[in-house]
Amino acid sequence: MTAILSREILIYAIAQLLDGVKHVAVGASSPIPAAGAMLLRAMKAAKGEPVPRISVLGSVEHNFFTNGSAELFDCAAQGRIDAFFLGGGQIDGVGNVNLVGAGGYPQSDVRWPGSFGSAYPYSVVPRVILFREEHSPRVLVDKVDFVSAPGVSERGVSRSGGPIALLTGKGLFRFDKSHPGFILDSIHPGYDLDEIKASTGFKFQHADRPGRTASPDGSTLSLLRGKVLDEPAGTYGEFAAKMRAELP
Amino acid sequence: MTIALPVDYAGVSMAMTREMIRRGASDLHLVCVPTGGLQVDQLIGAGLVGTVETSAVSLGEAGGAPRFNAAVRDGSIRLKDATCPAIHAGLMAAQKGIPFLPMRGLIGTDLLRHRKDWRVLDNPLADAGDPIVLIPAIKPDVAIFHAPMADRFGNVWIGRRRELAAMAYASTITLVTVERIVEENLLADELTAAGVLPALYIGAVGQAPRGAWPYGLWGEYPPDVAELNRYAQAARTAEGFFRYMAEVGVEAVS
Repeated sequence: MTAILSREILIYAIAQLLDGVKHVAVGASSPIPAAGAMLLRAMKAAKGEPVPRISVLGSVEHNFFTNGSAELFDCAAQGRIDAFFLGGGQIDGVGNVNLVGAGGYPQSDVRWPGSFGSAYPYSVVPRVILFREEHSPRVLVDKVDFVSAPGVSERGVSRSGGPIALLTGKGLFRFDKSHPGFILDSIHPGYDLDEIKASTGFKFQHADRPGRTASPDGSTLSLLRGKVLDEPAGTYGEFAAKMRAELP
Repeated sequence: MTIALPVDYAGVSMAMTREMIRRGASDLHLVCVPTGGLQVDQLIGAGLVGTVETSAVSLGEAGGAPRFNAAVRDGSIRLKDATCPAIHAGLMAAQKGIPFLPMRGLIGTDLLRHRKDWRVLDNPLADAGDPIVLIPAIKPDVAIFHAPMADRFGNVWIGRRRELAAMAYASTITLVTVERIVEENLLADELTAAGVLPALYIGAVGQAPRGAWPYGLWGEYPPDVAELNRYAQAARTAEGFFRYMAEVGVEAVS
């Protein structure tokens, strides 16, 4: 079998995190989460099981909404979206996400696009997966410079959703909201615990010998490299082309 | 003057953007519905903008919005950082003629901390304390967008891009550019009528073929990715921005 790309491990990890969802929404600029959702759909279809509904914002073919960009949020409010993804310029140890900028506000030293719709789905969607490929102390910080979306809410504040996991290019963490904080679940091939500790700016719990993140098997890989890569091409043309170029 | 502008995939009137820059304006208050991109970046770069109310500004796959980012850094624009559903809530309140709309999911954010116009109230219908945020109505003076077609009666076809209708309902007047103007009344056929924004809301329609370029227009033509990348590179400096604008035939007056 050909070598498995690190991005294929991420896409497979996302497919597993989404197992069981009925409807997942993927925001703009999220080709790997979109591919993960599409891989899960392909895996379910191959087994003859019910497939999840996937809404890719900005795509014509994979977008079920007819009521403008407000509909995604209304749909989430009604409990019709089970899973959603969030990235972030900074993510901290209690699950706070910063999409606005680093170093002061409003005159940030580094300005990112902005919060988009982050806080709302973070508050009402039950299975939010934090995803950021770069795993470094500048991204995974002790405390974010700006809270676009809070990891947990104070008692008495209505909240039915929140983070369940954080997936990076180096490892997978689970989120424990009672703590609150992250627990290292598995480490991707090529990395070790020391490396994860050195590149994480917040404290996290972990087993003495954390497990290894699973790689997709042969049949899953062929689904991923065939059907799935064809699908995101419409919305994420440049990403799909790049993935194809990297394939062995 | 407050101007509502649509998200980059919904139908952005770049034709009108270039004309606005040619004619000049100052201290515009832009409301991005709910995010902005090339259009907002160019209006800022040309010095027309005083305030930006938005959930995000970026050039999508082409990267960050260079003139927006520079303006944030040097403090030359006022920022009203928002989040998509809050923009929708504000427009909805204006649509309904009510002062505010309550919205969940904002408590604990720094957005709320910096938005003095957003208030927290205890839900009066709950027995126990249930804090909820009130988003004031957003009432733009003008909404501007680009659509595939209008008829000669002033009805504009917006398909399922309902954010365009939301912008128009909330705004005092709406100015639209279209690819083409058709003879038949779009309201006469139920299939097209369902996607029509009626002339009732429209101030003026102008024909501007490829009026979203270099953005694409749904159902019509794809974005010009090479041109968006070219802009992203060129506009990294103010000089590069003005050189680019001159190349596309826009000499800014301000």
